[in-house]
Amino acid sequence: MSTATLQPTYNYKVVRQFAIMAVVWGVVGMAVGLLIASQMVFPELNLGLPWTSFGRLRPLHTNAVIFAFGGCVLFATSYYIVQRTCQTTLAMPGLAAFTFWGWQLVIVAAAITLPLGMTSSKEYAELEWPIDILIAVVWVSYALVFFGTIMKRKSKHIYVANWFFGAFIITVAVLHIVNSAALPVSLTKSYSAYAGAMDAMIQWWYGHNAVGFFLTAGFLGMMYYFVPKQAERPVYSYRLSIVHFWALVAIYIWAGPHHLHYTALPDWAQSLGMVMSLVLLAPSWGGMINGIMTLSGAWHKLRTDPILRFLVVSLSFYGMSTFEGPMMAIKTVNALSHYTDWTIGHVHSGALGWVAMVSFGSLYHLIPKLYGKEQMYSVSLINAHFWLATIGTVLYIVAMWVNGITQGLMWRAVNEDGTLTYSFIESVEASGFGYIVRAIGGGFFVLGMLVMAYNVYRTASESEDQSQDKKDLDQTALDTAQPVAGR
Amino acid sequence: MSNFWHWWIVLLTTACLVLVTWVLFSTRKTQRKEMTEETTGHAYDGIEEYDNPLPHWWFIMFIATLVFTVGYLILYPGMGKWEGVLGWTQVGELERDQQKHDRKYAPEFARYAATPIEELIKNPKALKMGERVFINNCALCHGMDAGGNFGFPNLADNDWLYGGTPDAIKATIAHGRQGQMPAWGAVIGDKGVKQVASYVRELSSIETGASEADLVAGKKIFNTTCAVCHNADGTGNFALGAPNLTNNVWLYGSSQAQVEYTIRQGRNGVMPPWDNILGDEKVHLVTAYVYSLTHKAE
Repeated sequence: MSTATLQPTYNYKVVRQFAIMAVVWGVVGMAVGLLIASQMVFPELNLGLPWTSFGRLRPLHTNAVIFAFGGCVLFATSYYIVQRTCQTTLAMPGLAAFTFWGWQLVIVAAAITLPLGMTSSKEYAELEWPIDILIAVVWVSYALVFFGTIMKRKSKHIYVANWFFGAFIITVAVLHIVNSAALPVSLTKSYSAYAGAMDAMIQWWYGHNAVGFFLTAGFLGMMYYFVPKQAERPVYSYRLSIVHFWALVAIYIWAGPHHLHYTALPDWAQSLGMVMSLVLLAPSWGGMINGIMTLSGAWHKLRTDPILRFLVVSLSFYGMSTFEGPMMAIKTVNALSHYTDWTIGHVHSGALGWVAMVSFGSLYHLIPKLYGKEQMYSVSLINAHFWLATIGTVLYIVAMWVNGITQGLMWRAVNEDGTLTYSFIESVEASGFGYIVRAIGGGFFVLGMLVMAYNVYRTASESEDQSQDKKDLDQTALDTAQPVAGR
Repeated sequence: MSNFWHWWIVLLTTACLVLVTWVLFSTRKTQRKEMTEETTGHAYDGIEEYDNPLPHWWFIMFIATLVFTVGYLILYPGMGKWEGVLGWTQVGELERDQQKHDRKYAPEFARYAATPIEELIKNPKALKMGERVFINNCALCHGMDAGGNFGFPNLADNDWLYGGTPDAIKATIAHGRQGQMPAWGAVIGDKGVKQVASYVRELSSIETGASEADLVAGKKIFNTTCAVCHNADGTGNFALGAPNLTNNVWLYGSSQAQVEYTIRQGRNGVMPPWDNILGDEKVHLVTAYVYSLTHKAE
């Protein structure tokens, strides 16, 4: 392996930091989710305190799982993938280190201010303006590091995973900066720069593309690296990558108005939001097809490899929720589903089934590599995590489907005299059992996350003693590159 | 919408759809006919890519959604000022549904409009309809059992702010009420507030433990300040919505602190008017239902 000295030494330190914190914030964010899910069954669990009430912990949960857990996974994997597929180290390592500490500061600030009730009251953008500015600074730094690395790549072309990461980084910057524009009245309070229906439209342009670019494009970038890598198979179709990438980024940005059907938003905007959401079906499925077909010829590996199982199941949930989304964007379906638990179920089939599962699979592939090991501490614990996560997700989604459709039908049921058959509270009572099942599903999912945290802890701590054990991590010559010193 | 924004929407939408369609077709033109084991020749960190064609069913699905989009944007509003061949609007849909609803159900309600309330409470079907209207509109404040809440009167205890006759109840529901208890803290002082509060609570036979002197002082203030609305004997006045203070029914709580707060800061009670929302016939039925809570048909 004399070629090793000719290969770049990758900057794994920041990748390792983000990967570990992804697991930490995953435990925290999902545990808060389980707590508020339980509050829906046992309201006493709000402890009678303002700081632990549902209204304040719910944004803490969403911010923690999307931006703390999801964000750290994206930083870790994009920094890892961009280095390895460009065969070069990270550009501006100091700035890369800043993105880690800056992002952790954002998360800690969120964890303090949200329970204190400081909020801009924009969904998924609740953080107040000083934190928003910090996010913007970190994000621009992230863009500089990522694109700087792309620019000094040793390979001629740019790998498809990096297209997705690039689109995600640019678009999230635009979304965040435009939607967070506000007039501060104090350090902890500001008012949106927009008013009325326009404010709502900009909010959901942001909100839906947080799903589209943060939770879809970014995680498709991960999928495009870790699925072929774990399966050791070529990507199914380069041509499909091109078409579905450009179609996805061109169409997703239009879909926001479907969150505002039958509201003060003008009819034309609602219509465009609906049809673009339908057109989005094929571009979304392009990623699923490319991922799952990459496994053809490697199906037998599913029997023995729980990491691959995570990745395949995540793609299945991705396909399911990107089919469900366009259907729910159709006005007549939306008239039933809107404001019900169906929406919560839809979000979580994407969030648990797709985003979290593809993250787990990717982290289980990534973390041993970062610690110079061949495999996680325990493969059977990965398997246990897989089943806990899958059962949890299925329980969650089914409970919310049943609840959502029940609520939608109860709200529109009328008596023979035209009066409503049910009062609102009766629909809440009818949802009680579903909330119990949902909390149990969430419990399974959190338990799986704890199993993962233990497995990661053992993998990371034991590698210290074996650091002299310099095995080849992979078959390719490039993989003989050693992590940089100073972990 | 100005012409600028109209064309802005039309051009952006068209450009986006045309470009996506172009990417789809231009990529397909050069593709292989069959599945292949050949790769594009690139390798990234050991990952290669096959040069497989786009799946045919996927291509067809994509085209189908694009065709649907074009059709939809011709039929419905979407392209800026274009109103769509069908002339559909969400406001129009709402109005049509409301008219349909009225045509279908108005006779049901009109049937009872001429029946006096005292007669109507003998009709179980009418009361059921009134109860449904109540649960969907009134229960939010007054409770599912009409038992009231802090600040929202109990409608089942036969204690009335504005009178409990059918006509009075109907007037309350149809036109709403504005209950005004002025703030007396600045006028009668803190000591006065405490004394009147004790006196008023004693009127409802609550043992306050206040001294005889304080109660006498409280009574004196009551007679000069409160009796105008609440009556000298504290039994209240329907015309003003001034509550009876002698029957131990409390809208804002009976504790010394709560009664003092009411006197010191005042209270505002708002019952919204429902005639424009429910219409006469439904107001009539809700009145019957509310009246029936305290007047059982014999």
